[in-house]
Amino acid sequence: MSEQLQAEFQAAFQAEVDADGRIEPRDWMPDGYRRTLVRQIAQHAHSEIIGMQPEGNWITRAPSLRRKCILVAKVQDEAGHGLYLYSAAETLGADRDELLDLLHTGRQKYSTIFNYPTTSWADVAAIGWLVDGAAIMNQVPLTRCSYGPYARAMTRVCKEESFHQRQGFEAMTVLANGTPAQRQMAQDALDRWWWPSLMMFGPSDGDSPNSAQSMAWGIKRFSNDELRQRFVDATVPQAEHLGLTVPDPELRLDPETGSYAFGEIDWTEFYAVMKGDGPCNRDRVRNRVAAHEDGAWVREAAAAYADKQARRAAA
Amino acid sequence: MNDTALDTDLLAYTLRLGDDCLVLGQRLSEWAARSPQLEEDVALLNIALDLLGAARTLLTRAGELEGKGRDEDGLAFLRDEPAFTCGLLFEAEGGDFGQTMARQLLVSAYQLPLWQALTASSDELLAGVAGKAAKEAAYHLDHARSWVVRLGDGTEESHRRVQQGLEEVWPYSFELFERDDVVARLVERGVASDPDLLRPVWETTVTEVLKEATLEVPQTTWHPTGGRSGKHLTSFGYLLAEMQHLHRSHPGARW
Amino acid sequence: MTSFTSADGHGAVPTSGVPVDEGSVPHRSQAPLWEVFVRSKRGLSHTHVGSLRAPDAVMALRNARDVYTRRQEGVSLWVVPSTEIVASSPDEKDAFFDPAGDKPYRHPTFYDVPEGLTHL
Ligand SMILES: [Fe+2]
Ligand SMILES: [Fe+2]
Repeated sequence: MSEQLQAEFQAAFQAEVDADGRIEPRDWMPDGYRRTLVRQIAQHAHSEIIGMQPEGNWITRAPSLRRKCILVAKVQDEAGHGLYLYSAAETLGADRDELLDLLHTGRQKYSTIFNYPTTSWADVAAIGWLVDGAAIMNQVPLTRCSYGPYARAMTRVCKEESFHQRQGFEAMTVLANGTPAQRQMAQDALDRWWWPSLMMFGPSDGDSPNSAQSMAWGIKRFSNDELRQRFVDATVPQAEHLGLTVPDPELRLDPETGSYAFGEIDWTEFYAVMKGDGPCNRDRVRNRVAAHEDGAWVREAAAAYADKQARRAAA
Repeated sequence: MNDTALDTDLLAYTLRLGDDCLVLGQRLSEWAARSPQLEEDVALLNIALDLLGAARTLLTRAGELEGKGRDEDGLAFLRDEPAFTCGLLFEAEGGDFGQTMARQLLVSAYQLPLWQALTASSDELLAGVAGKAAKEAAYHLDHARSWVVRLGDGTEESHRRVQQGLEEVWPYSFELFERDDVVARLVERGVASDPDLLRPVWETTVTEVLKEATLEVPQTTWHPTGGRSGKHLTSFGYLLAEMQHLHRSHPGARW
Repeated sequence: MTSFTSADGHGAVPTSGVPVDEGSVPHRSQAPLWEVFVRSKRGLSHTHVGSLRAPDAVMALRNARDVYTRRQEGVSLWVVPSTEIVASSPDEKDAFFDPAGDKPYRHPTFYDVPEGLTHL
């Protein structure tokens, strides 16, 4: 492509983005834009499917049939979210098998939040309330992302996340108003999930040099810190309603802004967990790889059958 | 026969149907995040949800018939092993994906005509559950059929594995068509579906699928039984331990 | 320096130092890609909702039903591999889509939000 043509395309692309329009799969797009999106959408998809594990391991132990059904439906939704997202990544020329391979070999990452263990039933409630709540904060702006297929996938996902968050809050409400042991379980879960939930928004804006480019491309709309602040402001009153204590002695409401000031986040923990030193990194990836490898013969069988059928039809 | 006897039979029958659905729903949900591909995670959990939904209605009804104030959770989480009356096929371990699909085929080929017949049950609740469950079972059967055919007529390895899985679960299918006194009396009253009528329908469906899948109909003289009277497989105790532990750890708690 | 973005829905992930596509992974038995179209109700046309992978048309249709219509989003589906179009027939509607009708807990409105609370 001539340099002049390239410049024209670039200008048209940026004009579309600046006008809050949508870029579609067959449109010209800068290579950096495509690569950023593939990386982001793929790792988002990985987070969805790895995220099935911490809650999924409570399905068989759920304490009532109603909760069991709700949890099965939720975990099933997360598999669906993974599928929507891999499908969006494939519109950019990526390939699901390749992306999974990058996950399985640890070269692409998923959210650190799923490397924490779920040691009690209240963790299932806390994940729905806090983790899905934080995910909604992140994902709602993405419904207006400049890349059409990603934005549309997010629209579907957000509708479903709302169910996830509400069921989590409802389960938490029952525990918080339940027996002393249940209350204790709920508080303990909040204690363990609060800080990792705040870390979900990523390091402070100053430490995220690529954010500016993503904003210019219309992929990212709000800074990590802005989203985190919104989450804190939305969630603290909910914790108060539950009668639970947010594990942050520095938490203060500024009556003028209506916003909460909160304590320092331990970023060394975040980086350590991202690097692979979280309590569950090894298990999560191992389980994923095992599912993939144990299922290889099934996928091969389906492919072989399809080939046979095609040959039979042709004969 | 007086009303009390009718209730006892109906209670036993409703409980069997409910336990079948509950226990298989539990077994299928073990596949969460473990299935051969993401699409199949979604499909298996869908089927589990259908079964658990039916189980909830049936167990709730059983609790009402029993009249001791037990609800669906009281029956699911607070009964001991001998009080469960699920068939052995429903509680049998899933094994690999081939065995799970073989079990799904045998179960769905049974449940579809069962629910279809029960839509005409003189018991209104059973007829209602059956109407919905029959639609679901049609989908479950379709799903199982697709996979059994693909695995059977896929690769050498898949053929071997699904045949092996089929051999494993096949003996448990005989129990499905047993006609004990409870069933005999309820067939008489137009409440239960007649196992003698279900058996040939089941056989036709299963044989057709196995033929298409190039699989052999297992030959066995071993016809294990006991599920309906609370004599279960060793693995069932572990299933209950896992399922009931949390609920039982907090007596009287709401969730 | 590794940069992290929260724009990934379920939490921050690195936005640099991560390979995007290697192009080197052998394609074992990757199933072909199908585009999925859903008719959300009678009177409306089929709308593209996304894609999925399936070895053949039957599996593609079944997967599409499970993946894209868990909340009764559709009464009819098309799956399209390149040029071919496969549609579910109208009389399959019941077994295909009705079963989702009794799962109200899938919808957020199933849950009571305590008065005065927002952001749920
Ligand atoms: Fe999700
Ligand atoms: Fe979620």
